[in-house]
Amino acid sequence: MRREVPLIITAVVGVIFVIQYFIPHAPFNQFNSWFSDWFAIIGACAIWLGALNLMRISADKIYRRRSGWGYAAIIIASFLLIATIGFAGGSQFRDPGTGFDWLYTWVYSPLSATMFALLAFFVASASYRAFRARNLEATLLLLAAFFVMIGRVPVGDAIGSFIHLPESLMPSKITIWIMGFINSAGQRAIMIGIALGIVSTSLRIILGIERSYLGGD
Amino acid sequence: MTFNSSVRFFLKVGSVITNRTILFSLTLLLWASLSAAQPPVDSSTAGLFNTPPPDVTPVAPRNLVVMDNPNDAGHAVIITWDSSIDDHPGGKVTAYKILRSQNKESGFAKVAEVPAGSQQYIDNDAADNIPYYYKIMAVNSSRQAGQLLWQVSSETDIFGPVESKPQWFDMRRLNVFIGMIILCGLIIFYINQAKSGKKLFIRKIAGLDAVDEAVGRATEMGKKIFFIPGTSDMDNVQTIAGITILGRVAQLAAEYETWIEVPVSRSLVMVTAKEIVKEAYTKAGRPDSFRDEQVHYLTDDQFGYAAGIDGMVVREKPATIFFMGNFYAESLILSETGNSIGAIQIAGTGQPSQLPFFVAACDYTLIGEELFAASAYLSREPKLLGSLKGQDIGKAIILVAIIVGILLESFNLFQLSNYFKVIG
Repeated sequence: MRREVPLIITAVVGVIFVIQYFIPHAPFNQFNSWFSDWFAIIGACAIWLGALNLMRISADKIYRRRSGWGYAAIIIASFLLIATIGFAGGSQFRDPGTGFDWLYTWVYSPLSATMFALLAFFVASASYRAFRARNLEATLLLLAAFFVMIGRVPVGDAIGSFIHLPESLMPSKITIWIMGFINSAGQRAIMIGIALGIVSTSLRIILGIERSYLGGD
Repeated sequence: MTFNSSVRFFLKVGSVITNRTILFSLTLLLWASLSAAQPPVDSSTAGLFNTPPPDVTPVAPRNLVVMDNPNDAGHAVIITWDSSIDDHPGGKVTAYKILRSQNKESGFAKVAEVPAGSQQYIDNDAADNIPYYYKIMAVNSSRQAGQLLWQVSSETDIFGPVESKPQWFDMRRLNVFIGMIILCGLIIFYINQAKSGKKLFIRKIAGLDAVDEAVGRATEMGKKIFFIPGTSDMDNVQTIAGITILGRVAQLAAEYETWIEVPVSRSLVMVTAKEIVKEAYTKAGRPDSFRDEQVHYLTDDQFGYAAGIDGMVVREKPATIFFMGNFYAESLILSETGNSIGAIQIAGTGQPSQLPFFVAACDYTLIGEELFAASAYLSREPKLLGSLKGQDIGKAIILVAIIVGILLESFNLFQLSNYFKVIG
């Protein structure tokens, strides 16, 4: 029963989800929002599982003085601080001027922005490796990247005008052509493959052939 | 004047006065009663003091068609009409009023007013299985400072009866339905072929062949394996595909006695992944080696999760990192950090925009469909491999359709591409 019940639930819900796409008649037209609501409720309840797991693992790390236990202490302190201030703020905890809002604006947002900003440096280092002209493919990639980058900035067309390039060969036009034809064609090919993969995976799950997500056969 | 003549004079004057008073009172009463009997003044016609100038009445719209709105859940009637010949910039039409009644002869009430130029309105307030009659009124009105000065109109003939009904099949999605039936039929056919023992050829996927090598490398180096299942929840099929790979990787890791760690960003993924890793250890015959902290929650926040994993990668320097699931901007932050410590990295995602980042930073990348094929490829289970074969045949059909479509479009024949149009 431990295997059969989840498999039956998965199959029934999967089939309902498929047919609700084709049937606009009630109650099928409401299944999508019902299941979304249920998932949101289950997810909201499950957040406590995650939070408790984080606290337990971090506390255990501190207790056993494992390497990096200082970070675990910071996790617990930060968690308790923001949870306490949030709960103390009551239902209006997110309003401007509250302690939670202050932490969100002056601590959380800058930290998130910092992590996001790191992406620029990682893009630079990854591009440096990817664009080395080691073989034909890498050279084509390098050329495509060069034209796309130069075509995205005003100086690209300025250079084109300076050397009297025809309008159709301006870097911005080449960029549009590369993105609109070569890039779109490649992306669409990948997306068709992904769509087929999703259909196949979903069918395997609905039919109960794929059971790995339940922990095995 | 004698006394008698004086009396007669006063009586005569009194009688005239009395008659006039009665007449005046009656007039007052009549006016008051008429005023009281008048309906309340509609605010839209308040201040309608001016008579319209001559020749401003618009011609009524033509070809009114009213029908049940197709492919919906009911409660909707679609009304279309051809614009009045006076409906043009500077013309006599300022708006169209849609009037509805359940009675053909009377009781028409305004359900909507749409601006000039409109040719369609969907009445979403119709009750199902109730016959309705509709007519359209072309309106010309003049306003000054928000005050209606005058208004003239002309109406179409009455159209009806029309009933709103819910439909049992959305015909706009018929092509998707047929495509789904063909694809599912192919997949089921090849699953049955595989079950009957027929050997199926599946092309090599380098990224999946490298899984053994990657786990083996971590074992040789005596270092950890990290498995990152992405930042989406269990309602995303990419997460499910990633989690299915986790089972195989965890089993290998358990057999090699290598520590595998799964930091997750969603509680439900944590619960599922924990179950899968536990089961994998049991399958490998080492249930005692499983530790609860191998699968642990970090945070739901995208960049908080990236920061947490980056910190762990830099401090603990795992030998192997798997990125399998749905990733967004954090993909490059994570994979470049892994690259910087020299870990062997295998990534797989169905996000086309993140694939270049993984290709640039990882040793192997499962591109799109390969992520979904991984479970079947790794397990080599005939039923699962059969589904891959069916999927490949589906792809071949689409490929042929694309080539034929390109040829037809080149000759200005657009019929085939119309069959592939999909609504949201």
